Amino acid sequence: MNDVELKNLTLSKARKMLDNKKFSAVELTESFIKRIHTIDNDVKSFVTVTEDYALEQARAADKIIETGKQNLITGIPVQLKDNICTSGILTTCSSKMLENFIPPYDAYVSKIIKNSHSVLLGKGNLDEFAMGSSTENSRFYPTKNPYDLTRVPGGSSGGPAAAVAASECLFSLGSDTGGSIRQPASLCGVVGLKPTYGRVSRYGLIAFASSLDQIGPLTKDVRDSATVLQSIAGYDPYDSTSLNVEVPNYLDKLETGVKGFKIGVPKEYFQTGIDPQVEHSVRQSLKILEELGAHVEEISLPLTKYALSVYYILAPSEASANLTRYDGIKYGYSTTNGISMWDGLEMTRQEGFGEEVKRRILLGTYALSSGYYDAFYLKAQKVRTLIRKEFEDAFSKYDVLAMPTSPSTAFKLGEKTDNPLQMYLNDIFTIPSNIAGIPAISVQAGMIEGLPVGLQFMAGALQEVKLFQAAYAYEQATDWHKFSPSI
Amino acid sequence: MDNSKNISIDEIRHLARLTRIAMNDKEVDSMRDQMQNIIENIDILKEVDTREIEPTGHSVDLNSVMREDILGESLPVDDVLLNAPDTQENFIKIRPVFD
Repeated sequence: MNDVELKNLTLSKARKMLDNKKFSAVELTESFIKRIHTIDNDVKSFVTVTEDYALEQARAADKIIETGKQNLITGIPVQLKDNICTSGILTTCSSKMLENFIPPYDAYVSKIIKNSHSVLLGKGNLDEFAMGSSTENSRFYPTKNPYDLTRVPGGSSGGPAAAVAASECLFSLGSDTGGSIRQPASLCGVVGLKPTYGRVSRYGLIAFASSLDQIGPLTKDVRDSATVLQSIAGYDPYDSTSLNVEVPNYLDKLETGVKGFKIGVPKEYFQTGIDPQVEHSVRQSLKILEELGAHVEEISLPLTKYALSVYYILAPSEASANLTRYDGIKYGYSTTNGISMWDGLEMTRQEGFGEEVKRRILLGTYALSSGYYDAFYLKAQKVRTLIRKEFEDAFSKYDVLAMPTSPSTAFKLGEKTDNPLQMYLNDIFTIPSNIAGIPAISVQAGMIEGLPVGLQFMAGALQEVKLFQAAYAYEQATDWHKFSPSI
Repeated sequence: MDNSKNISIDEIRHLARLTRIAMNDKEVDSMRDQMQNIIENIDILKEVDTREIEPTGHSVDLNSVMREDILGESLPVDDVLLNAPDTQENFIKIRPVFD
């Protein structure tokens, strides 16, 4: 397959062609491996490429397709973000701390990939421990935006977003704690979904902030997003926060359109620090939704401006607890400096963690420490209750909400690395849905000076069907999803 | 700005100690400045009236899950110890805890 054919290929098209024997899973895999070899020196979306294993999986997939027992993702080349454990395959979290970590078990989603004989091409780069919005916090190297190699792909799932945009795989799985799937999807012009909290098991996802983390797909279009969610959603007794609720058919209503849909547009998402050209693109998209028969109304969610602060208390607090396990004793980096066990522990953590990770551990410990617990941590949890309620009220009146995904298009590498607070503001429009636990999706809604813009939809808890319906209707009415970078 | 939210160098050293992260003077200084900046910004939460509001820990309502106490398969010891920096027989070996 040549580059043009690969760029036009989606998961659903590949499914049909595999099933109709237009090409084999091995041929498809070889094409992707060749493409990775050709361009990933520039894009840097992979941390590990599992070439031999991929071909082995592809050969097994071909046998299964021969018997007609394939599922939606059998034989489909996939990448996994490198904070998702893969048994026997390096899982680094893009951290020095886990540089040599080989998990003895598979994450829930990795097991699904394996049992489906999806073809694992390798592991995607991320900001260390998923903390960041540009993938510049990776211990190894920053990933580049395939539309402009001098710019960031967003983060923390920058590797997955860039890999899908640059056609180095047909889909990738990322994790989203405050926008880590949707913001890079927006900056790279792909579709990124954060499902409802608990919809996809977090078992084997290396924990950052457990009450906010959620695994979801990055894909080329909305149909593929629904297809992947169909494959990975479900109850898992190994994740105590996994929802034991029936998984609906996400593809059934995909094409039903938005005629009569009530879409709320919260005005607060257009007020702070948004690039006027991004605002223009999003407003144009809202007009298209109206033309498709949706009722689009401006609403107000006044607590929006507090979401960022709630997040930067809760996420570091949870992270500070989750990351105590890295002690240089059981697994992971272990220093040879110092004499006693205590020296070893403190120096292992000094040398093994990057700057942003340390900042969040300290910030979280501060928010949880006596004297500040009530003013910060408890206060944030109470405001979280109010934010959740505000969304619940909105979804009693509206089917979905629509807003920008990110306040800007892709920024230059190095532009925001010196100012953590400036970097945090990239997630201002994505964080609220993590706080409330509700699903949200980003689809491409324009191009500004050669860079993609994202349109975001949010829906009530477990209302992914509505989310896909709105996103698909918009996508199909425009041509933005057909764009791909020239690389 | 609320003066009680000023973070001192000593406080950063104390936090570093609590979190078991060794830090040199330069790291402590830069951490203090950045944390000060972040905390001043997150302090706006005090504007929100949260009297009589219950805190939310998780966005889904969780119930304890009970299951039968059935023996399952365990991971092979060799696989688990593979990542340990130092081992002896089936144990993880660590440095002396007491001086």
